[in-house]
Amino acid sequence: MRSNPVRFINIFTWTIFDIIQWGFITKYLGGFGGAVFSAVTVILGSIVLWGFMSRIQQGIMSSFLEDIWSQNFINFFASPLKVKEYLLGLILTSVVTSAIALMATFLLAILVFGYNILVLGLYILPFLFILFIFGVAMGLFITGLIFRLGPSAEWLGWPIPMIMSIFVGVFYPISVLPHALQMVSKALPPSYVFESIRMIIAGNYNIWGNLSAAFLLALVYLFVTYLIFLRVYYRNLKTGAITRFNAEAV
Amino acid sequence: MAVIEIKNLCKNYDNFSAVSDVSFSIQEGEIVGLLGPNGAGKTTTINMILGILEPASGEINVFGKSLKHHRTEILQKMNFAAVYAHLPANLTILQNLKVFGHLYGVKNLNDKIKNLLKDFDLEKFKNHKAGSLSSGELSRLNLAKAIMNDPQLILLDEPTASLDPSISKHIRELIKGYVERTKTAVLWTSHNMKEIEEVCDRVMFLAHGKIILSGNPKTLAKEYGKKDLEELFITVAREPLSLKEE
Repeated sequence: MRSNPVRFINIFTWTIFDIIQWGFITKYLGGFGGAVFSAVTVILGSIVLWGFMSRIQQGIMSSFLEDIWSQNFINFFASPLKVKEYLLGLILTSVVTSAIALMATFLLAILVFGYNILVLGLYILPFLFILFIFGVAMGLFITGLIFRLGPSAEWLGWPIPMIMSIFVGVFYPISVLPHALQMVSKALPPSYVFESIRMIIAGNYNIWGNLSAAFLLALVYLFVTYLIFLRVYYRNLKTGAITRFNAEAV
Repeated sequence: MAVIEIKNLCKNYDNFSAVSDVSFSIQEGEIVGLLGPNGAGKTTTINMILGILEPASGEINVFGKSLKHHRTEILQKMNFAAVYAHLPANLTILQNLKVFGHLYGVKNLNDKIKNLLKDFDLEKFKNHKAGSLSSGELSRLNLAKAIMNDPQLILLDEPTASLDPSISKHIRELIKGYVERTKTAVLWTSHNMKEIEEVCDRVMFLAHGKIILSGNPKTLAKEYGKKDLEELFITVAREPLSLKEE
């Protein structure tokens, strides 16, 4: 990253763009009156947290793709490095870049729009933790998909945050969705986080049931996606995909 | 005790047999050439020894231990360099050596890197990115990475491919000197028969996944009535069945 400023800028670009765009949207909608104003300020806080989760997922995927593009795959997998150590390396890289992006978006929200996400108090910690675990799970899932299908599968990974945002209540309460889609929401840990944010803003602090459900669900996703990655790894050992990973696998 | 012992190794892809019942061993300080036409199974064999390709059947024992059950421990004491395995282009020589030094658990890493840069004449390029290096410089970097953990077994898959004769000779001398000092075992694949005659103590010819010949590279050609190793190689590539089956 030190040698290539473009990579450093990439950490901030999309999340800062989201904050600026939604910051101005909330300012505009805030002019419609008090009740609407507190609803829309939830949106900006949710955008910051959703950006964090997306960054975690895409950070893991990007680091994995870097190894493929640099044709360095064989060097890592032919070394004493274990699979779980390799994945931990991807996760740690993503944590660092996501933490930097998170700080940048916090500061931007405060300085430009006067919005301080710390109004959520210490509740922000479990929110971030749950979103972190789920972001890692999604990162592992899409990385496993790329590992199985080849580098072109990266295009399945980029839209995941956007698609998932429809179901998890980033911009609106889950109750707005049709019943069938609400069932999908209930299976996704971030839904409980964003519903909890809305509850806190409305003065209802009885969110521990939601957070427990979200935490357990996120752990399940993490465990399952880790197993999926391992399965793909052992399959690729048999098929020789690791050794010829620059070609399309499908 | 052999450093590496391969027994009845097989690898199949669908109906195609890439490696078929291959057995060999390599002793300490021995440089063994693994030769054969394109598609003979050389790289497949090397990939199985590196643990990045699972055999269909057979055993790979390195340092007296099964690779299947002691992979991490074994890989700690071996290394490889291959023309198709690039080191990260965005990292400098120094950064690359540090990363791989940590991966292999190299002790006194800074001193080790300093010596490697000197031995492989890479000192003046140490802050250059790997992507900006010439083929010769890249080959030297790959080799520096291949010996940085003082391996007891090194796999070299065409280490001098696409290098000019002067650089190739220099690389060969570096490797030979290293093997003489450390008694490391080396498995070397190459299409350059003169190079093989110069460095290898023994050669094995692979064709259609099987070892069909093995012996002393300086005398093997004459044993089969061929002028030199290159002529023997051509016969192996074109008419393998005309030669004695092992």
